[in-house]
Amino acid sequence: MLLEVNDLTVRFPGASRPAVEGAAFSLERGEILGLVGESGSGKSVTALCLGGLLLPGAKVSGSIRLEGRELLQCTEKELRALRGRETALVFQEPMASFNPVLPVGKQVEEALRVHTRLSSRERRERALAAMSAAELPEPETLYRRYPHELSGGQLQRAMLAAAVISEPKLLLSDEITTALDATVQVQILDLLARLARERNMAVLFISHDLRLVRKLCPRALVMKDGRIVEEGPVEDLFRAPREDYTRRLIAAIPTRERR
Amino acid sequence: MGKRTNLFLLLGGGLTALMVGLALLGTFWTPYSPTAMGAGEKFAPPSLAHLLGTDNFGRDVFSRVLQGMGASLLIAACVVAIGCLAGTLVGCLCGYFGGPADYLLTRLCDAVTAFPSVLLALVIVSLAGRGTAQIVVALGILFIPSFARLVRGETARHRQANYIQSARLMGVSHGRILTAHILPNLWGVLGPGVVIGFNNAVLSEASMSFLGLGVQPPFPSLGSMLSDSQTYLQRAPWYALSAGMAIALLILGFSLLAEGLQRRRRA
Repeated sequence: MLLEVNDLTVRFPGASRPAVEGAAFSLERGEILGLVGESGSGKSVTALCLGGLLLPGAKVSGSIRLEGRELLQCTEKELRALRGRETALVFQEPMASFNPVLPVGKQVEEALRVHTRLSSRERRERALAAMSAAELPEPETLYRRYPHELSGGQLQRAMLAAAVISEPKLLLSDEITTALDATVQVQILDLLARLARERNMAVLFISHDLRLVRKLCPRALVMKDGRIVEEGPVEDLFRAPREDYTRRLIAAIPTRERR
Repeated sequence: MGKRTNLFLLLGGGLTALMVGLALLGTFWTPYSPTAMGAGEKFAPPSLAHLLGTDNFGRDVFSRVLQGMGASLLIAACVVAIGCLAGTLVGCLCGYFGGPADYLLTRLCDAVTAFPSVLLALVIVSLAGRGTAQIVVALGILFIPSFARLVRGETARHRQANYIQSARLMGVSHGRILTAHILPNLWGVLGPGVVIGFNNAVLSEASMSFLGLGVQPPFPSLGSMLSDSQTYLQRAPWYALSAGMAIALLILGFSLLAEGLQRRRRA
């Protein structure tokens, strides 16, 4: 088992209820797990915790075991060594995820700079390889470009390249297709599936869009108000949702695709 | 404003380049020795021999202006360097880490700003004694808050940005985030900030020297020349005019340049 989460509870000071409450699930190596829920259901907070980022002010309890190692007992230094090497996170807005004043290639290879002692030439080669793997055309040119010179889809591909460059075991994908056009969404989804398969990398695919989850993930969790309300194979969720909330999420999909 | 020519940048850059060029020339070569008395007769009006006339000791005003500008700019450069380096350091740390230290330092900066700067410089100079080094240190300290506030705001803004959280999720350390990810984002505001700083530093140095606290005689400074020349305003108006115009042109150049840089940044 790659990841085991037990009774994960995250409470922000001053909030009436916990952002995440008693979440429990597990992830096999190479497995793609969906996490669906509406905005504010605690999906992103869960992702940040799994990514090993201490949330300032938040009280986190429970257990997150990555390859048997308890993340919640790690020091900041230990977590920093883990972040970007064992886990990687890709966000929703590709434009905002890139530093506007640094070339794209430098940002793709940042994880290598932090976690390895490779020379700048080796880093560049690995970055170019990762960018080709992410199906970016002319990686040598894009390497030198600045974020504003790339399209949203290209940037999200570059972000995936940056995430997989240090071969993480777990990729946290937080609404990565939400800001993109419908056609680009499908391409990015295919790319994500391929990268995960080739590298035997587990993916937690967070989305509010059940259609995308159904396309990509064999198994999914449904989250509401910080609690995981339903879990199971995606097709079962679609065919026989046990929870009223899941039923409503399915009902929210435009009609022609509901079946 | 698209591809339209940035007139402010062009004029400001040109004027600043010209004045800095003249000042540089003045540190290496002047037509006459700026401190040699009796290079010409006293109060000689502008002529080919003395482009801006001579002063009450018969010293060549043009030579004195050239060297005075050099001194002014050198002092301004040191002042801005102190203010900018220390201010950026304080601003970065405050804006990024926040907390009680940020609160304390921000209030301290507010307190320094609240005092009239000339008054504070007077206090420092009267404690440390007159002279160029003292004036540089005094003005440098006074320039820290403006840079610190500028940098603090920008840093706090960038700290919230997704790409900084992204970098943290890649395991980048705080030190590297500050130097490699946030600092390059600050050049945009630091550029105009430095030019405006130069502007203010030239003016402050001139005021201090005007009060006799800055560059000490016989070495020329634009401020002290302006102060000396008031006595002879009617007999030798070119003396006061030369020093005054030099200050005005320097300030005008820096102001236009700063405005041009800010417009380019907004465009």
